[in-house]
Amino acid sequence: MKKEECPQDDGSLGKMTKEVCYVTDPSGKYVTELSTGWNVKSEALDAAWADIEQRVASAREKVLKGEASPVLFFMERRLMDMPTLTAYTGFWKWSIHRHLTPAGFNKLSPKKLGKYAEAFNVSVEDLKSMTIHED
Amino acid sequence: MRTEFNHLQAAHCENGVTAGLLHHIGLDKITEPLAFGIGSGLFYIYIPFIKISNGPAIAFRTMPGLIFKRTCRSLGIPVVRKKFSSAAAALISLNEKLDEGQPVGCQVGVYYLPYFPKEYRFHFNAHNIVVYGRDKEHYLISDPVMEQTTTMTAYELERVRFAKGALAPRGQMYYPVQGKAVTDALIARAIQTGIKRNVNAMLHIPGAIAGVKGIAYTGRKIKGWRDKLGLHKAGLYLAQLVRMQEEIGTGGGGFRYIYAAFLQEAYAYCSNDQLPVISTVFTRSGDLWRTAAVQAAGIYKGRIGSQADFNVMGDYLLEISELEKQAFRALAKIKWKA
Repeated sequence: MKKEECPQDDGSLGKMTKEVCYVTDPSGKYVTELSTGWNVKSEALDAAWADIEQRVASAREKVLKGEASPVLFFMERRLMDMPTLTAYTGFWKWSIHRHLTPAGFNKLSPKKLGKYAEAFNVSVEDLKSMTIHED
Repeated sequence: MRTEFNHLQAAHCENGVTAGLLHHIGLDKITEPLAFGIGSGLFYIYIPFIKISNGPAIAFRTMPGLIFKRTCRSLGIPVVRKKFSSAAAALISLNEKLDEGQPVGCQVGVYYLPYFPKEYRFHFNAHNIVVYGRDKEHYLISDPVMEQTTTMTAYELERVRFAKGALAPRGQMYYPVQGKAVTDALIARAIQTGIKRNVNAMLHIPGAIAGVKGIAYTGRKIKGWRDKLGLHKAGLYLAQLVRMQEEIGTGGGGFRYIYAAFLQEAYAYCSNDQLPVISTVFTRSGDLWRTAAVQAAGIYKGRIGSQADFNVMGDYLLEISELEKQAFRALAKIKWKA
């Protein structure tokens, strides 16, 4: 990539920092250039987040319909897959599968609820009611 | 305690931490591209039976941690590396080192990194930062992808050092220790070792999913994604490919530009006329990766999406695979003088 071709588009990363790109100068020598972002990749990130939001919304609906427990909702919201959640809670995969059902969730002891709340970084009350705060 | 530490912004975190910590022990010559190349950082793998964030598991670089390890070993620099089972022990050990004036590399998870924008917070646990001091309330942080240094509270730092899940850092910290003097001849040898190891990784790794074969494999798979996954999901898969290729830390073109820069810099140490020539092939490869990314963006933005468009996308990867195969074969053929 030539130095003058280094994209300077707006991107979410631009809020935090410019990033280093390796580009060639007119003589062909490699130099670094700071870039504010590139549309192609910010669109990739947007696509990923649109998908996440959609998964969160459909998880919420499932919980409201009684097909799943709030654990599913917060798993999607915190972008956690099963191995990540087992690591954060210390629960076995099969017991998390049980807690993902409304019946299994309702039987949880306060101590276990506390573990989920901690893993999802929410209060137990918010965990039960699927209340979210911007953070 | 505040140690003099020169913050070094880099494209990629591990290169940056490696170069930054080496500069701190007086090895100013080791730039980011040199650290990347000596550590044989360039790679490609697509693991079809694993999913990350509901998408394909693709990497353009070698395993986290290897660049630092290999670069230091090749240069004959001893490394101290510690993992911890308890957060309290990790904190005590970190404080001790900082109070001795030793800046320390730490592996962290990015999900709870307070200075990262929300859009970048994924459960990725192999980010690297330098902690170079502390005052009453804060730890002083040099994160190589940032333009400026920053700070974290003890709680914030503990949370990212003990992030959980895949590649959990377990409080891992590391730093190089001053060893024997590093001569230009030693750097030249390290460069040659790094290139040879990278040739092996890209050309001779067994199986079809890694190295230059892995790029072609992905290209062939992409042509089938539209039928297999449906247009929407296939688009998300391509978006993930582009993010792995271009997101913070690759320097553009899936690390191919950094590698091209490395070969140029290598020429100063091992004056082989092939090096600058092969460097331009990697530049072309990086350019092609970016052209492919533009095609992918057309698909995930919904501007295009026919089977023919997926075929074009797949063919780009086949072309890249062939190009990189030629480049690595040329590197393999170099007769080193020393």
